Amino acid sequence: MIKILKKYENSIYSLTAILLAFLVGAVLIHLSGFSVIKAYSTLFDGAFGSVFNLTQTFMNTIPLIFTGLAVAIGFKSGLFNIGGEGQMYLGAFTTAITAIYLGFLPGYILIPIALIMGGFAGSAWSFLPGYLKAKTGAHEVVTTIMMNYIGILTASYLLLKYFKEEGPIPQTVLIPESARLPELIEYSRLTWAIFIAVFVIIIIDIFFKRTKLGYKIQTVGENRSAAEYAGINSNKMMVLSMMISGFVAGLAGSTIVMGVLHRFITNFSPGYGFTGIAVAVLGKNKPWGVLFAAILFGALQTGGITMQLFAKIPMDLMVIIQGLVILFVAAPILIKKLLRK
Amino acid sequence: MQEILEVIFNINTFSAAIRISVPLVFAAIGGVFSERAGIINLGLEGMLLTGAFAGVLGSYLTGNPYIGILFAIMGGALIGFIFALFTIKFEANHVVAGVGLNILMLGITTWLMQILWDSRGTSVNVTGLSEITIPILSSIPILGKLFGSHNILAYLMFIVVIFSWIILFKTPFGLRLRVVGEYQKAADTLGIKIRKIQYTSLIFSGVLCGLGGAYLSLGHLNWFSMNMSAGRGYMALAANIFGGWNPLGAFGASYLFAYTDALQMRMQALNLNVPNEIIQMIPYILTILVLAGAMIRSRPPAGLGKHYKTNR
Repeated sequence: MIKILKKYENSIYSLTAILLAFLVGAVLIHLSGFSVIKAYSTLFDGAFGSVFNLTQTFMNTIPLIFTGLAVAIGFKSGLFNIGGEGQMYLGAFTTAITAIYLGFLPGYILIPIALIMGGFAGSAWSFLPGYLKAKTGAHEVVTTIMMNYIGILTASYLLLKYFKEEGPIPQTVLIPESARLPELIEYSRLTWAIFIAVFVIIIIDIFFKRTKLGYKIQTVGENRSAAEYAGINSNKMMVLSMMISGFVAGLAGSTIVMGVLHRFITNFSPGYGFTGIAVAVLGKNKPWGVLFAAILFGALQTGGITMQLFAKIPMDLMVIIQGLVILFVAAPILIKKLLRK
Repeated sequence: MQEILEVIFNINTFSAAIRISVPLVFAAIGGVFSERAGIINLGLEGMLLTGAFAGVLGSYLTGNPYIGILFAIMGGALIGFIFALFTIKFEANHVVAGVGLNILMLGITTWLMQILWDSRGTSVNVTGLSEITIPILSSIPILGKLFGSHNILAYLMFIVVIFSWIILFKTPFGLRLRVVGEYQKAADTLGIKIRKIQYTSLIFSGVLCGLGGAYLSLGHLNWFSMNMSAGRGYMALAANIFGGWNPLGAFGASYLFAYTDALQMRMQALNLNVPNEIIQMIPYILTILVLAGAMIRSRPPAGLGKHYKTNR
């Protein structure tokens, strides 16, 4: 019995953390004069209530899988990449430009190229924080935050200066049909991107479990000096893990452009990069854990909008729950104390 | 070129930089206190935001901005205490807990803004802090322009800078605090009450951020807006590092950031050939450069980010 409990210890803690976050959320909803039952029932209904709502939930889950994975990959080497938002913006921008300018290529060549270019743009953006951390020790949280601002400004500068579609809205022209990811269900905006996301999960899982390089990166994350002693170049591993992390964050932007928006628009993200932090923390930095956490937060994102529209309850409740989940998961001792009672 | 030089050396740029620096300085010194006590404080951002919100709330409820400041102090202290609970008592990873706290406070302040004022963007206008002009000082040519007329929080900032330095480096309490940050086990063996010192320094850190936040909402403007702190907490942390974990250094570094920010705003107004987006990036780029440069030559407190179980 105890053995079984031990095996699922982590899952039990995470589940308790989520419940606790919803509980605190309920108190807040109640104190603000709303009905808790109505809030949570519209939330649930909005996320899972119909086939359409479900497809919306999955549409929101996909970018969170990427941004969550990105944070998780950084964590593996001991780095906290909260620059997912900026990396995603540049990924989205680069993918859109690639797709527009190489539009003459057939889809089966264009789609992979546009994806990879988006990933590289993300990598390029995460390289500097990784490099500075390795070389100088500059805290990656501060540098990635600054890179977010710089990245979003860079993308909008390039857009306005060179690539803006005529008209009042700051956006590119539509990408060609051949670069768009096919829809799984018509008019749902749920596309093949979900398969790309799951494919990346599998690759990352194998990378950390089965490859030498993945193992080296994790060793650096667990104990940098031990890793150095074992002959691992920890600086190189840190930069590398940041670049892989940025690549995956870039893909979040690429798949949004190719699957949902079909163009680059400024301010397209409702904070996927930041929600990715909660996703990674809740998923315990494990690729498959990230998948489940991304579904949860994707559902919250979707349901939150319904809740705001139909129950007039501010959707910022979702942000509160994200923050609480991060805090509670980060403090297993708190959960242990609560469970013992 | 002439125009740019004029802006760079213009007294108004220096004077605007003082105003912009106030929230950064408060938060950076908040960072100094918590990091000197061994706790990495990325929660500065959330604490600033809380202060900004609580300040407006206090002024909204009473019509008195000074009571707003009091609210901001209490709000900051509360968040500092909660952060201390998580990082010390529940042994949460400091960095993760800090980021979690920031997200939580972003959510809570935006939520409350909608409950209270039915708006997601900005709050209603409240009474802000008025400027206090110091009689003789304000009539001296350059000094008058720089220091002659500010609100109470800006003057308080100068006092806080000096007193923080004295507390940290010239009092027994400060010595104990620094020992805790360097080597908790040694501090414990010496009979220093580690927990008490860490809680105190985090609550004080929260109070300072509360004041900085109040300056943002009641001093710069007279309302609260969503995500008003806009990354200043992270910049303040960088200023604390660049300043060598020293209140005086933190002040200098914050002023440098504020100065580039003031410069950036004035350059935008000049209609130069440089695009505004690029000009807007300057403070962020500088933060990265400064942080990377500072880390090469300085050393953080040795016990920073570590957990230690005391037997008492």
